[in-house]
This record gives sequence, structure tokens and C-alpha cells, in this order.
Amino acid sequence: MGRPGLAVVDGNGCGFVGKLMRRALLIAVPYVWLLALFLIPFFIVLKISLSDVELAIPPYTPTLDLSQGWAGITDFFSQLDFENFVWLTEDDLYWKAYLSSVKIALIATVLTLLVGYPMAYGMARAPAEWRPTLMMLVILPFWTSFLIRVYAWMGILSNEGYLNQILLWLGIISTPLTILNTNTAVYIGIVYTYLPFMILPIYSSLERMDESLIEAAEDLGCSRLKAFWLVTIPLSRPGIIAGCFLVMIPVIGEFVIPSLLGGSSTLMIGKVLWEEFFSNRDWPVASAVAVVLLLILVIPIVLFQRNQQKQTEAEQ
Amino acid sequence: MPFQSDRRTGAALNTNVFAPWEDPQAKPLIQFQNVTKRFGGFTAIDTLSLDIFEQEFFALLGPSGCGKTTMMRMLAGFEKPTEGHIMLGGQDIDPIPPNKRAVNMMFQSYALFPHLSIWENIAFGLRRDNMPKRDLEDRVEEMLRLTRLEQFARRKPHQISGGQRQRVALARSLAKAPKLLLLDEPLGALDKKLRQDTQFELMDIQEKTGTTFVIVTHDQEEAMTVASRVAVMDQGKLMQVSTPDRIYENPNSVYVADFIGDVNIIEGRATANGDEAYQIDWAEGQSPLTATSSTEFTNGQSCHLAIRPEKVTISADRPADAINAVQGKVLDIAYLGNLSTYYVELPNGTIIKAQSANTRRISRRSFTWEDPVWLSWTATAAVLLAN
Repeated sequence: MGRPGLAVVDGNGCGFVGKLMRRALLIAVPYVWLLALFLIPFFIVLKISLSDVELAIPPYTPTLDLSQGWAGITDFFSQLDFENFVWLTEDDLYWKAYLSSVKIALIATVLTLLVGYPMAYGMARAPAEWRPTLMMLVILPFWTSFLIRVYAWMGILSNEGYLNQILLWLGIISTPLTILNTNTAVYIGIVYTYLPFMILPIYSSLERMDESLIEAAEDLGCSRLKAFWLVTIPLSRPGIIAGCFLVMIPVIGEFVIPSLLGGSSTLMIGKVLWEEFFSNRDWPVASAVAVVLLLILVIPIVLFQRNQQKQTEAEQ
Repeated sequence: MPFQSDRRTGAALNTNVFAPWEDPQAKPLIQFQNVTKRFGGFTAIDTLSLDIFEQEFFALLGPSGCGKTTMMRMLAGFEKPTEGHIMLGGQDIDPIPPNKRAVNMMFQSYALFPHLSIWENIAFGLRRDNMPKRDLEDRVEEMLRLTRLEQFARRKPHQISGGQRQRVALARSLAKAPKLLLLDEPLGALDKKLRQDTQFELMDIQEKTGTTFVIVTHDQEEAMTVASRVAVMDQGKLMQVSTPDRIYENPNSVYVADFIGDVNIIEGRATANGDEAYQIDWAEGQSPLTATSSTEFTNGQSCHLAIRPEKVTISADRPADAINAVQGKVLDIAYLGNLSTYYVELPNGTIIKAQSANTRRISRRSFTWEDPVWLSWTATAAVLLAN
């Protein structure tokens, strides 16, 4: 009679350990992923940023030589310094590029919001049977390469491009507008490319909104516009914040759009970074630029995470 | 408190009874004048005319899709009549947008603003009128007191219960002291017990504020409890507009009789049999039934006899003095606790429901399945209907 009871205890014990193991394994997957694809590369970059430039392969010194044992490690660490970071503060190119990137990112985010919000609003108010199609149209550009789409904008915006041809043909302008290779082209490119990242979170917050809230606001004395301002905007705020961060964070470090559509006056840190790495082959300075960029981005990323968390809490 | 409705329904002997609809001099607050509303090819409201008077608690009752919500949305201003006019206090309100109407609505979903506190929700409408700060605060506090929500003022809507949310919605819609308050299925989301308590609370608040209430509901019990008058609607038309007791006791059609409460409908042919009395032949081999009616029927006209189950007496032997008596056997018994409904099958297959109060314990019940029984009712118990 005792044996079945024992078997049950055994089974429980085994199940408990097994459950813990499974849970640990499940949690381990994203952490290993993060470690391999973010933390390790980050520490490599950090290490390079503390090195000195050298005409060699790899183009920096020191390199870790484990064959010399403990002495090699101490020797390696003694040669690391913050010289490159000091350099970033001395040459005003860098902080100007950072500031300019943040400025362009902020302006582009506001522009994307101004274009994206009405689109998201229109989608959320469209008849239910149309919404999947509209959603599809927003996502559709992702099916082509991002690079090809930016190149296509060069064809549209250049002096002999389609836009100028149409405007000339319509008689609106008499001489072609110079748009390509200016900041205007960069803004157009950013707004176009990042629009879906703005539309989707705003759409999802608007779509969930109960239509009767607007009617209630009107019933209580609001005009349409006032109801929009007092009810729709506050209720879509989590979507607006999420969309703005989703656009601003990658745009700060954007490289392709400013280098293809921007001109020589377009100063963005992504371009500086690229030039340091590939034109100057100054990996240590380039790495320092990257590390500082990451530190700058940590602030909006943390704010974004807190917004997401607050939203999930509010929904519970 | 539970029987406040007596003021409206059972107070026929009272001299100052509230019945402006019977006074030809009384001016209605709301007038629907031949209002038609079409959505594309669908006619939601079909040339409907209706008067609602000040301080009334008026119920629009009907199945879903009958047009009652459309009526309410037209009053609120969210829909415009396709034809006809709606007057409020003698003024045509068709061109007035919802935000300019002295009408407020309590939404079925309550539509509380989730980003605002209870206090701010109630103050929302007052702020739109740019009410001075002190008056606004006083008014909000007054509304909070009226709906007993004082201690929840600082909470957000998702932090309070369903019943409390319902009271916030009511407080918010009453805050602007509207001439007319519209309630769209106000108690639909509450459980039965809470709903009954809230019904009396609603009536209490309606009486205290003296506001005209128009309530939309599909729950006939709710309409009967709260309303001074009930309009039964079907397919965009008013079937009957009357006080709850008249709707129940004197329905004007089989539809109304069937929609309100439980009823037995017997089809037959009427033959005049003395003053306002008719003899109804209804089945082969069954003796004719007798009923009184103030409506005229021609001899041989087809008619429907509507009898409420609680007006049918069930007995083991034929009652000696019964005018209408039929024999059958008990097919089924629905035990409701306080009442039992007996489904009695007559020899020709007709099933008649009879209801009786369970004054004895169930173990001592007089009838059981398959028992032969007699059903009887008086000549005035049934209502004779033409259609």
C-alpha cells in the first residue's frame, strides 16, 4: 500500500525540479541571445574605444596576448586609456554632430507625428472591413529593400527628378527646386521610412478607443474639435509616445538616409561614425563615438520602456 | 421606498395623480412629429408621433432593432430625422448639434473618460460651460452626495466597481441639470440584485431632481418598475403608449400582450352575447368561452383572447360558478420558488399556462404531472383582441 504513495512523492519531486529546469532554460534563451548579440559586441567596441590607433591589422593597439599569461593581461589593461573620449570633447565636429543628430531626429519625429497621426486616425475611423487593407498598405513598403526605396527618392527629388518635372509641367515653378542633398530631403526620407513605426502604435491605441467617449464629450458640451483635443489626444497618448520613441531612437543613429539624400552640410553622427571607421580607419575614435551614441540613446530607451510598462499596468 | 411606483401606477384614487398625458391643456416637453428615420434602405423609425411631458419617467421598450435606440440618439442629436421634426419645449431641435442641446445622455457603456478622475468626469460638462470655480466645485460635490460617491472622487473609473461606475455616469449626465436626461440601457451591465436596487435609486433621483427621464430598455420588468409611461415599440412603430398597469392589463394587441409578461393566447371567433359581452367559439367540441370587451366585434370576426397565467385558477374539480372552465391534464410544472406555473394540455392539444402562489410547502403540492385538472377564469380576466 505504501508504494503508490512513494511513487507520487517521487513524481512530485521530479516534476518540481523538471519545472525549474524548464523555466531556467526558457529564461536563459533571451539572456544568452542578449549576451551574444549585444553585450559581447558592446564590450569589444568599448575595448577598442579605449585603445590607440595603429597602422596594422587590426588597426589598433594593444591586443590581448594570452600567451604571456598574467603579465600579458596587466600589460594589456595598463595600455587602455580614455584619450579618444577626451578627443571627442576637443574637436567640436563630434558634439556638433551629436547635437545636430538629436535636432534632426526631434524635428523628423515631430514631422512624422504630424503626418502619421491623421493617417492612423483615418485608419481607426475607417469602416471595419477596410482596416486590414489599409494596414496592409502601411506595411507594404517593408516588402522592398529599404535601400532601394531611399534610392527611389533620389530619383524623385533630384533636379531632373519626377517631382521637379511635374511641378515644372504644372507651371508652379519655373526653375527646378534643389531638394536632393539638403536637409529637406533628409526629412522627407526619414518621414517616409519611419512612418509605419509612428502609425501602428497610434492606430492600435485609437482603434481600442470606445466611440461613445467622443459622443459623451459632445453630449457634455464639447465641439468636435474640443472633444478631439480633450478625449482622443489624451487617450492616444501612449501610442503617440511609443511611436515617437520608435522613430526618434533609430533616427539619431541613422546613416543611410543622410548619406544618400543629405548634402555636405547634413551633419549626423551616423555619417561621422561611418567616415571614422571606413575613410579614416580610426577604429578607436569611431568606437568611442559609438559608445557615446549608445549612452545618449539609453535615456530615451529607458523612458520608452517606462512608458510601455505604465501602459501595461494601466491596462490591468 | 420599494413601492414608490405606487405614486404613478396604483394611485388612481389619489386626486393629484401625476398624469399630464390625460390633460389636453398640458404642453408636452418633447414632441415627435411624424418622424421617419432611414439608414440607406432600412427604415428604423416609421412616421412616428409621440408626446413626452415634463417630469415624466418615460420608457421606450422593445426588442433589439425596434428603433428605440435610434429615437434616443435623435433626441441627443447624434442622428437627424429623415422626415418630420422633433420639438423640445416648443422649439424645433433638428438643426441644434448635440453639444448645444439642453439634453444629456447616460451611455450604455457609461463612456466614462478613463484618463480623468471621478471628480473630473463629473466636472467635465460644467467646465465646458465655463462655470465659476466655486459654483463648479459645489455642483460636483452635490452630485457626488446625490449618488453617494464622495469617497471615490479621486479614483479613476477603472478603480471602482460596475455599480459605482453606473452612478458616476448618472452623476455626470445630471451635473448640467439638463431639461431631459436620456438613459440608454442604464442598468444592462449590472447583475440582477444590484439592478433592482439601482432601479429604485434611479426613481428616487428622478423625483429629487424633477428631471424628465427617457429610458431605453429591452427589460420589460425594468420599464414597468421605473416608468410613469411605457412605449412598446416594434419595427420602428409605437405599438402602445400607456402606463405600466394599462399596458399589462389592457394591451391593445397580441404583440404587446405577448411582449409584456407571460400570456395565453386563444384564437377564436367572437359572437355578441349581451352588453359588451362576447361568446368565443375556439375549438371543436369545446364549450364557448365568455369575455367582456369595450371594443366592438362583429359576429363571426376572428379574435384573440389573451389571459394572464396568474388570472387562471387551477383546481381538481370543476368550480361550480365558473363562467369559463376547461379540463386538461398537467403536462409540466415550472417551479419558481414563490410561484409555480402549470402547463396544462387540453384534449385538443392547446397548452394553457396557469400560475399560482406556492402558499404551501412543495411536498404538499396539490397537483403533479399527469393529474387531470380544471382551469377556470372570470369573464373580465381575459382581454379580447382583434389582432
